[in-house]
Amino acid sequence: MHPAFSVIFLTTLIGVGQGLFLALVTGQVYSLANLLQPQDSIRFYAMGSALSLMFLVAGLLASFFHLGHPERAWRSAAKWRTSWLSREIIVLPLLMLFVALYGLVHYFGLTTPLFTIQGVISVDGSLILGVLGALAAFALYFCTAMIYASIKFIEEWHSPLTLINFTLFGLSSGFMLAAAFSAWSGVDLVGFYGTWAVIFTFAAGVSRWLSLRRNHNLVHKSTLQTAIGIRHNQIEQKSQGFMGGSFNTREFFHGASAGTVRLVYGFFLLAVFVLPVLLLGASYWLASPYLPVTAFVVQYLGLMAERWYFFVEAQHPQNLYYQSMA
Amino acid sequence: MTQMALVIDLNVCVGCHACVTSCKEWNTSGWAGPLTDHRPYDKDPTGTFFNRVQTFEVGEFPRTETVHFPKSCLHCEEPPCVPVCPTGASYKREDNGVVLVDYDKCIGCKYCSWACPYGMRELDEYQKVMKKCTLCIDRIANDTLPEAERKPACVLACPTSARLFGDVHDPDSEVSMAIREQGGYQLMPEWGTKPANHYLPRRKTRIQIFEDELERADNPLKKEAPLPAAEGETLDDVSF
Repeated sequence: MHPAFSVIFLTTLIGVGQGLFLALVTGQVYSLANLLQPQDSIRFYAMGSALSLMFLVAGLLASFFHLGHPERAWRSAAKWRTSWLSREIIVLPLLMLFVALYGLVHYFGLTTPLFTIQGVISVDGSLILGVLGALAAFALYFCTAMIYASIKFIEEWHSPLTLINFTLFGLSSGFMLAAAFSAWSGVDLVGFYGTWAVIFTFAAGVSRWLSLRRNHNLVHKSTLQTAIGIRHNQIEQKSQGFMGGSFNTREFFHGASAGTVRLVYGFFLLAVFVLPVLLLGASYWLASPYLPVTAFVVQYLGLMAERWYFFVEAQHPQNLYYQSMA
Repeated sequence: MTQMALVIDLNVCVGCHACVTSCKEWNTSGWAGPLTDHRPYDKDPTGTFFNRVQTFEVGEFPRTETVHFPKSCLHCEEPPCVPVCPTGASYKREDNGVVLVDYDKCIGCKYCSWACPYGMRELDEYQKVMKKCTLCIDRIANDTLPEAERKPACVLACPTSARLFGDVHDPDSEVSMAIREQGGYQLMPEWGTKPANHYLPRRKTRIQIFEDELERADNPLKKEAPLPAAEGETLDDVSF
């Protein structure tokens, strides 16, 4: 498949936004259980929500560049009963609403407990919004990944590993950003978020390795024989029906050389799984706010490369009809 | 239920591209048009087509066969491209089973083209909407045309009658009989899309001749005695 930058930006940016919001809510739940120091509402939660919202909005903006008719984008909520794309388009604004409300509630300090459960857990508006937003964030990971995983004949994508990868990559980059944000704003949560970021990065590494191995050993169901229905082991294409290319040759072939693909593959393995962990580890000793920020930036660049490779990896069965120009 | 479809006979197709040009001509100027082109008279011309003819060489020289393969939307009975459309622009007509795109609703997200295993949909680079074979819906559903002309432009253009058109759900239609009697098959049956269009395979025409048919067993000449052998000069040889 041809990797479109609009889709690469969309999926990676909203992944970060969702992950950061989940990190904020995780931090709030931990402090509720007295496992962490409660943080300042405005400086930490409100600013963090604003940052998360920025990523979500940036992702949404990027997605418009993928459309031929962005002015008709509102129509895309219509077929939520059947289309995962439609579902994603409904859940994304919903999550943005929850994130915005969560930030506003913290900004205006509306955190007086509404009621307490069993006299221990005091529930305020921000916690309710946080939990609802967290559900929306997980639903959005699911919808985004299902857009790819639901196409059964793109067999590289048609696997539960796609869902797990999208979720874990979003969580690792989001918690990485939470660590960077904590370090930048001088909050003592770098260790907490950094540890989770490393755990998610490691888990994502395992699941991505599984999917890479699965795709490497994949035997495609469709062959040129089933594509044109002729039973012969030796079939060679002589003409595609045109000379100058078509939508079929532009949209479904990545056009990158084998060397470029190998280079991107190596880069994303290094930048997603190795360098950020080393940088975060170094920040334990050096305590510089730049290290977690660098770790996040490096991992984000790596994730863009990973998403690029995700598209390049996928072999669409229609490519069988466009094997050679002769 | 009615399911209109094409049946394409690969045994008859000579790869002349008449269906391609006829399709382009009718549809670029009709209801589904325009089918825009990019650099049409320049290097690397490209553009939107509903129908293409590809060519494959089967086997190894000298035992090769050239197969011309016309390729257009198969109007699947379980079209995977329709449910993925977020706007409902892509739909399958209830009355005749034709899969169509509403250009006014299409947002050009290309998701339906990803969801077609055959690569039968093409995004128009100028109009930025998804386009595909309509089975000439503006011909086949047009009651003002004479009945003989209510067929897709490609079918009317084919000089060898390699393209049949009709209702594949009607067991007595020309297309159903052709599928049944001449081994009609579907493309990529492994995905359960149930394409309505079928292809008829290449068929070898062989005449079976037995020895006794070459040499008539009941030849009356055989029953006569051998012709008399030459026994010296006859009267004809010496007289002049």
